[in-house]
Amino acid sequence: MSDVVLDVRNLRVEFPTRKGVLVAVDDISLQIRRGEILGVVGESGAGKSMTGMSILGLLEPPGRIAAGSIHLSGDRIDDLDDRAMQAVRGRRIGAIFQDPLTSLNPLFRVGDQLVETIRLHTDLDKRQARDRAKDLMREVGIPAVEERIDSYPHQFSGGMRQRIVIALALCAEPELIVADEPTTALDVSIQAQITALLKRLCRERGTAVMLVTHDMGVIAETADRVAVMYAGRLVEIGKVEDVVRRPQHPYTIGLMGSIPSLRKDVEELQMIPGAMPRLNAIPPGCAFNPRCTQAGPRCRAEVPRIPGGHSTGAACWLAQTGTVEKGEAA
Amino acid sequence: MTLRPDAILEVDALERRFDVSAPWLNRLIERKPRRTLRAVDGVDFIIRRGQTLALVGESGCGKSTIAKLVTGLHAPSGGNIRFHGDRDRLQMIFQDPFASLNPRWRVARIIAEPLRTLRPETPEAEVSARVDELLRTVGLAPADGLKFPHEFSGGQRQRISIARALAGEPEFLVCDEPTSALDVSVQAQVLNLMKRLQKEMELTYLFISHDLSVVRHMADVIAVMYLGRIVEIQPTADLFANPLHPYTRLLLETIPDLEAPKRDRAPMGGEVPSPVSPPPGCSFHPRCPLAFERCKQERPERRSHVHNRRVACFAAEEGGPDVR
Repeated sequence: MSDVVLDVRNLRVEFPTRKGVLVAVDDISLQIRRGEILGVVGESGAGKSMTGMSILGLLEPPGRIAAGSIHLSGDRIDDLDDRAMQAVRGRRIGAIFQDPLTSLNPLFRVGDQLVETIRLHTDLDKRQARDRAKDLMREVGIPAVEERIDSYPHQFSGGMRQRIVIALALCAEPELIVADEPTTALDVSIQAQITALLKRLCRERGTAVMLVTHDMGVIAETADRVAVMYAGRLVEIGKVEDVVRRPQHPYTIGLMGSIPSLRKDVEELQMIPGAMPRLNAIPPGCAFNPRCTQAGPRCRAEVPRIPGGHSTGAACWLAQTGTVEKGEAA
Repeated sequence: MTLRPDAILEVDALERRFDVSAPWLNRLIERKPRRTLRAVDGVDFIIRRGQTLALVGESGCGKSTIAKLVTGLHAPSGGNIRFHGDRDRLQMIFQDPFASLNPRWRVARIIAEPLRTLRPETPEAEVSARVDELLRTVGLAPADGLKFPHEFSGGQRQRISIARALAGEPEFLVCDEPTSALDVSVQAQVLNLMKRLQKEMELTYLFISHDLSVVRHMADVIAVMYLGRIVEIQPTADLFANPLHPYTRLLLETIPDLEAPKRDRAPMGGEVPSPVSPPPGCSFHPRCPLAFERCKQERPERRSHVHNRRVACFAAEEGGPDVR
């Protein structure tokens, strides 16, 4: 148990609305160990960002955690009040978001923002904090640190800004980093630099990383394990190479097939018919059943789950039991 | 001067400059100089009828500016664009299906707009029959015409954009990042639809994207752009099998590859310089592993032999030891 940094159990996030309760995250369990990168992948609205936000304690009301628990290195964090959570966030969990411009204050020099954050989380004095800020900037690969430390965010390029945000996330040497689409706003060559940086930091510091993205390619090159989400539920989780090469869940299979290949020529891309259901219209049983070519009676009646206590598997009756018929086989 | 009888679009020495100077008062008081951004800086290509030419490159390379020049949304600052077709039969599909559809119009009216503008004499019954047919063509139902854009998902909205573009019976479509805002499974649906329509209606596409895997799937010919110039242009299979320009190779190396993830690669450093003050000589030389003295001073051209020269690079041309 010792090296499990993040332990999410049966997490359920609800949004009460006038028309009823929407379940944005439905019974998700996952763990991330020290030095491990877990990719969380899914299409827009699948609940992947919502999962990240609940871990960070940043759910926007009326969204709330309705069930389940989140433990950080053994300490429960989902029931903390705002003030206690604020101390955890930043110090023990770092956050990196998609748009580096919104994570930085445009009115302050980046050095001052780093110093402020470092002093908030450690007891270094101003000068020591500034030295630490410079070290961090060097560590994330910003050239000419002495000159750049007093620049404003707008004076940096997008890739450099994202490096600053990563430096900010590292200020307090957190145990866990939640990175939500950290490279989506960046060009491919810069994206490769940023993912390589994340990987290096994770390896060298033993930080656990939750990498939320829609880009399966980024996951394949960065993450150790991957969790695939669909309509708020976890449909498949496992080692990256297994999920990419031998996906089990029909949704994951379809998702992989729909990505244009860099090697194979196909006349037509594989398609998943239809679209992901809206949160207010999730069908009974497996949420994917209306789009699944192999769905049977059981899929329309019972919700499949990842087998309890396992860190790999697919939430699919066919993959688990070999049959989609209702029966005593369960 | 038509070089090829089957060319539908010929672009020759195309340039577009933007004035990005500080406001007049700042120039006067702070003596700030006038500054020009060369968004498109001497670009040539031709597109043959029924084919797809893709422009790829990173943000700021000028690919979207070319789309706007070709469609006439910007006027060129130099060079020329010859379109050997009916100007009315050139349409555009934009990236953002949320911004490109009028939120106050019903879908049927949106789709009918090109018809009503281009052929105002069309009887109303015929217009609505055509709209129904177009909705079916792109995989929507005729009843969807009564809805408003906000009632649709991103993928469905992009289908509406495609239906609108098809309403004028185009022969040439300029598609600026048509699937970049979509999820991959929806992207697959839209790309398949575009390919099917191309075959059925003999459409020609100018396809703009930053995504090399999408471009590989869609294009017959790929032009790679860097800082306002085309650095390499080749048929798709050749470009992937034998990339000539170091920048093309950088791009191919850095895109994540699902089938063969490069988990331990050291990514190439550097960033795209500002197009306002591009480096002298070959604008890629500060990041180029093959750069030598000449690259810092002279600008490699593809121009002189317009369409036979495939790459603008001295190293690739002179075939140094490091060049495949």
